[in-house]
Amino acid sequence: MEEKYTLKRKTQYGILSIAGVGILLLILGYFIESPNRQELWANVLINNLYFLFIALFGGVFLALHKIAYAGWYTALKRIPEALTKFLPISAALMFLIYFGMHDLYHWSHEGLHDPILEGKAAYLNVPFFFVRMALYFLGWIGLTYLLRKNTLDQDLNPDLKYHNRGKILAALFMVFFAISSSTMSWDWIMSIDAHWFSTLFGWFIFIGMFVCGIATIILLIAFLKSQGYLEYINKEHIHDMGKYLFAFSIFWMYLWFSQYLLIWYSHIPEETAYFAPRLTDHKILFFTVLVINFLFPFLALMTRDAKRNLKWLSFVAIVVLIGHWLNVYMLVIPGTIGKTAQIGLIEIGFIALYLGGFLYVVFTSLAKTPLLVKNDPLLEESFHYET
Amino acid sequence: MRRYISAYFEDEENLLRATKDLRDKQLSIQDVLTPFPIHGLDPILGFKRSRIPTIGFIGGAIGCIIAFGFQAWAFVVDYPLFIGGKPHFAIPSFIPITFELTVLFAAFAMVFAFLIRSKLGPGANNPIHDERITDDRFMIIVDLDEAGNQDELVKEILLKEEAQEIKVKEIDK
Repeated sequence: MEEKYTLKRKTQYGILSIAGVGILLLILGYFIESPNRQELWANVLINNLYFLFIALFGGVFLALHKIAYAGWYTALKRIPEALTKFLPISAALMFLIYFGMHDLYHWSHEGLHDPILEGKAAYLNVPFFFVRMALYFLGWIGLTYLLRKNTLDQDLNPDLKYHNRGKILAALFMVFFAISSSTMSWDWIMSIDAHWFSTLFGWFIFIGMFVCGIATIILLIAFLKSQGYLEYINKEHIHDMGKYLFAFSIFWMYLWFSQYLLIWYSHIPEETAYFAPRLTDHKILFFTVLVINFLFPFLALMTRDAKRNLKWLSFVAIVVLIGHWLNVYMLVIPGTIGKTAQIGLIEIGFIALYLGGFLYVVFTSLAKTPLLVKNDPLLEESFHYET
Repeated sequence: MRRYISAYFEDEENLLRATKDLRDKQLSIQDVLTPFPIHGLDPILGFKRSRIPTIGFIGGAIGCIIAFGFQAWAFVVDYPLFIGGKPHFAIPSFIPITFELTVLFAAFAMVFAFLIRSKLGPGANNPIHDERITDDRFMIIVDLDEAGNQDELVKEILLKEEAQEIKVKEIDK
């Protein structure tokens, strides 16, 4: 079976017009709202992180199923592979933060005379920050590139050695990711509120990433199916993606609450300093995030039929993606802009610009390779997937 | 006394075909026993969708309300105490217990609903058709009384798919 996705003119124009609208809104917003440097950098960081999460999750999805010897996902392997293609661009955008360090990270200022930050200086200093950033991206981009190259080689050669090599690469990626995803979230998100720390912060970010990535893959499946591709993806595959979205929305709430409960209970000023501005200055948004990231998917995807209905599932995925953007917004904003922050033209413009760029990269890379992998020993299992 | 016919198969494909044949000829199948789940067996047997999830939801909802309601009543109305300077109606501290009882009630509701519906549990009368029933073979049991005592037809279908050890048993019920 040979299937190749061709990027239609219409889709291409659609994607470019999203980016165009973004640029337009940014120009408009720049003159109407006249944002300060800090607001612009905070927006860059929010969208950098958000789209990095989705791109990085492509690698996690591939590696996770590979080392679990899962067969069902094989037929849709190209979608997460396409997501990882955004990682190099994500890296370039992340290094831009160098110019906005002082607007985003309080700890990067010189001569603070702050005993807590002086104690953390061995880890939180600008050179090491960028060394770590380079290391993360080197690992992520390198390993996802090798994983992708491995399946492309397998397309041409039915040798089983590619399957076995894939398992080793996947295991290496998982180990690297397990460590780097935690430290990445300390570096880029937790250090915004440099005095505060939470030991389960990395897992919380990771599960948010998981939900975003699954929602994006669901939407891409829905889009490709509506264009007449992916006929071999049946209700059972959709059902599994629905289960993922449902389960990890619950797990996201579980971790959120585990973090909140302990801080609420012990009521130590160093720790409550994190939640105090969120609960006073951004109260509505704070609770909205919980409702749309947990309560809505929990109730909307509870039944079996809801998880198997691709249209309904796509709707839930869109809502959850918005919810997780707001979540990242809530992680970054209170520590940078603070009270005066509000979502306006600048914010929406940045999202549209990033979204346009992200979709352009993903769709062009989907069009480059056949949509269906070949010679994978588990491919046949994926076609006959039923429960 | 009811009469049952039972037969082993060495291969799941044979079992699937025999089951389909019996269903097509409307011969009532008492049960099909397999050492592992077989894909596509449920639709052939014409099983209706299980209602266990609905029972789980109802049980969970009851557990959730009971746990939250009881804690709220105990800490606010019946015996208000100041704990750690928190308000009496301290929702976050109620959540873990509410969560646990939701899970517990849902699990119990489902287990007991399953036991009652399948007529299992202490004192249940479940005739064992063969000692090796839970071992490594694929087995079909046909209720001959309900199948209209068509012994020969059933045997013929089973034999066609290489059934081993076709046995007719009379069991008190």
